[in-house]
Amino acid sequence: MDRRSFLFGLGAASLTVLSATSRAAPQMDSSRMPASGGAPDMPRGSPHYERLLVLVELKGGNDGLNMVVPYADPRYAALRPRLGLKREQVLPLSEAAGLHNALEPLLPLWRDRQLAVVQGVGYPDPDLSHFRSIDIWETASGAHETRSDGWLARAFAKAPVPAAFAADGVVLGAADMGPFEGPGSRAIALANADQFLRQARLAQPGGEAARANPALAHLLKVEQDVSTAANHLAGAASASPLKTAFPGGPFGQAVKTACQLVASNAGVACLRITLNGFDTHQNQAGAQAGLLRQLGEGLAALRAGLAESGRWNDTLVMTYAEFGRRPKENQSGGTDHGTAAPHFVLGGRVAGGLYGAEPALDRLDGNGNLPFAVDFRQLYATALDNWWGIPSRDILGGRFASLPLLA
Amino acid sequence: MPIDHGFSPGRRRWLNRTGTGLLALPLGASLGLAAPAWAARRENDAVLGEAGARHLLARTGFGGRPADLAAYAGLTRVAAVDRLLARPPTAPLHAPPADALEYVSPQRLKEMREEDRKAFQQERFRVGAEMRAWWLQEMIEADPSRALVERMTLFWHNHFVSSDQKVHAHSFMVRQNLLFRENALGNFGDLLHAVGKDPAMLVYLDGAQSRRESPNENFAREVMELFTLGRGHYQEGDIREAARAFTGWSIEPQTGEFRWRPFFHDTGVKTVLGRSGNFDGDQVLDILLAQPACAEFIAAKLWQDFVAPPGDDPAQARAIQRLAAVLRDSGYDLRATLGALLLSEAFWAPQNRGRLVKSPVDLVAGTVRTLDVTVPDALPLAFIVRNLGQDLFAPPNVRGWPGGEAWINSTSLLARKAFLERLLRGEDFVEPMRHFDGQQARYDDATPVMKRRTAQLREAFGQVGGRMDGDARFRLVAAWSAVRVDSSRLLDRFPDHRGLEAALLAVPPVNPLAAGGMNDAPTGLALIRALALDPAYQLL
Repeated sequence: MDRRSFLFGLGAASLTVLSATSRAAPQMDSSRMPASGGAPDMPRGSPHYERLLVLVELKGGNDGLNMVVPYADPRYAALRPRLGLKREQVLPLSEAAGLHNALEPLLPLWRDRQLAVVQGVGYPDPDLSHFRSIDIWETASGAHETRSDGWLARAFAKAPVPAAFAADGVVLGAADMGPFEGPGSRAIALANADQFLRQARLAQPGGEAARANPALAHLLKVEQDVSTAANHLAGAASASPLKTAFPGGPFGQAVKTACQLVASNAGVACLRITLNGFDTHQNQAGAQAGLLRQLGEGLAALRAGLAESGRWNDTLVMTYAEFGRRPKENQSGGTDHGTAAPHFVLGGRVAGGLYGAEPALDRLDGNGNLPFAVDFRQLYATALDNWWGIPSRDILGGRFASLPLLA
Repeated sequence: MPIDHGFSPGRRRWLNRTGTGLLALPLGASLGLAAPAWAARRENDAVLGEAGARHLLARTGFGGRPADLAAYAGLTRVAAVDRLLARPPTAPLHAPPADALEYVSPQRLKEMREEDRKAFQQERFRVGAEMRAWWLQEMIEADPSRALVERMTLFWHNHFVSSDQKVHAHSFMVRQNLLFRENALGNFGDLLHAVGKDPAMLVYLDGAQSRRESPNENFAREVMELFTLGRGHYQEGDIREAARAFTGWSIEPQTGEFRWRPFFHDTGVKTVLGRSGNFDGDQVLDILLAQPACAEFIAAKLWQDFVAPPGDDPAQARAIQRLAAVLRDSGYDLRATLGALLLSEAFWAPQNRGRLVKSPVDLVAGTVRTLDVTVPDALPLAFIVRNLGQDLFAPPNVRGWPGGEAWINSTSLLARKAFLERLLRGEDFVEPMRHFDGQQARYDDATPVMKRRTAQLREAFGQVGGRMDGDARFRLVAAWSAVRVDSSRLLDRFPDHRGLEAALLAVPPVNPLAAGGMNDAPTGLALIRALALDPAYQLL
């Protein structure tokens, strides 16, 4: 068993929840703990939901080439006469790749080797529609397969999250359930925690489940889920505030809510935080810089906030988006829908560094888009197999090799 | 089976092969005379009563208004179903918004100046909202028989999915809606042929761009998987070959009309589902219609929408087979098929009451209808159903809304209840909204409190509602303030709470109200509110 999470489970933070709800705090049920502790890549027994997964959605399709910049590649400069960033405008990570300078807040994470930059994440036969492509990512399906259940909903259905958790998943900064969408998952959207608590009084828990009518049984389950989450969150609201300073703006505030939720020990397996506005078809330079600044500051604050409550080493953060953007800039100072893009994986146990493959600007497809090097489902497999210890094969509908991202 | 090899936009060619006399008969006679042995004849002659009328009108048309319930309660099942299916006009009550019907060619859009294009895009958002409000208004105002047309129009929208998110032309979406309406209770084969050449569909599934040099398989795949046969009844090779046959079905960009482009069309021999020939798209659709799997697939989908969710009950499987036989033997006649469905034992079976989950449209339009709410302008309701997960004209993907239990998660359930609570809070519920922007003060005089108001708008109408700006925002607020709940008519009709329960709920409440006699038992609007907030109210 992981000592840190055990101590955390018995820690003072859980007392608020205990007194507020008279329910057992998460992680206290020893029968649910992994039978043998050990290395994160050697899971045994029940899933490691004491480890938190945080997904950060870069909604609209982030321009990866200007986030992790192939600044030494002459083809990059040729494709981006106006938008291209020069060597002196990037924060070099290697001889070939550098971060957009708005991401300076991430440098301490990089230096501590807790930031992995996975380049060229995508999938075969990519779709260029926002709606279709985000469905493909969030349901972890192939480009020619239409599913409606999210990959995390499938994971939670296969390997249930302890009942004492406030929720399986919490959505922040967006209204859609994304990867949590599906019958199996207890997910709540906290666009606004106050609003949720205000509305939650309309829930009617405790109705007797009618087995003969699955629709009614499902309704009663959701009514109960809302009440359970609200009881936990009411406790969270009264917990002592964090000292970490959070950036203003919706993303910073969503990060703050996330950190408060984790600090309250309400119990949640996965958080999804959305940062909006990456669909930069025109005047991209200023818009993306602003977004990346929010992203960098927000992720740095997430680290500080989770470290303050002792959870950073139990946290794995991954970014995702429906697609990257086209290498060749367009006539409006922006970029159009593309394919593969780099993504960040960070956390206290992440083995920092560069992964994947540099953008192959010499091998663009018929639309002028990049080939992918890492299937996004390999990132999911890493989270499922190596972080939580849930066999990914059934959930992802096939074998995807995980990446050696965990130290 | 012979295949017509000439190109002709053939109507009902498959009927000639399979046609029966059923179509020729007036519906009442056909249902009466042809009622198969499995239809429970005795019950069909029984009078519906209020609970029966509620059930029929909830499942066929988003719920009945109190006057509709009264009119149908005294009818027998056969008479009621006959009346519902008596040829209702399929033209809408109100013409669609003129702005939404205006077609803007890609060329015109390209030639616009930058600022005009921006203004056009902003205007698009408003027109999109108008278009959605128009359809909801049609649903709300329809009499029971028109309401069935509305429900079937929604059924076809969720079957032959196209989404404005990709089509990006309101006029295409509205024209598709008019096509669904016209064929709502018509012939499935006619509808399928028309959908294949429908501009919205040609854009949505990429047919318009498909050429013989590299046929696009999108439509060919979905027409088999989702529109006619279902998985397992065709091979990948059938898709590839069918895609070749569909080449040439395109759009005239200047007018937005269907256009046959012979130079795009592959004239070679194709082999689809074991048949070979120089097929065009219509011939491939006929081959699909001739497959036994087609009627079974459509019958199962109707069953799922009208009777019960899919399951492994063998009796249900047999009933669906019988329905498929009606569909097939009638040459895909939808009125005959719906007649058989609505007179089936299973449709009325007590164990199937309350087994369906209300869609957002069922919940919102249904509440407005059953509680006789006055809605002069449905614009706010368009945002509410969108916020609840059913953005009309924009299903999430080509499979449509999955429906059933997927409608309900923690967010959507709370949003449903918040809507009901806001609507039924009491006669004073409009006050906060009426003063929201002030009846006299225009939106732009009110900037200091704009932030709080935007938050209120978001909470009531979802993220997108919060984005409404300018006059559109003012209208949204004004329209919501104009919504009136007059509970007295309903309470007069159902003075005791048992009657009210039966009129509003498909199954008994989960949390029974304190019986009469207790001082704190809710009465009046509070009683209606308590019933609407019960979990059972979410069921159909």
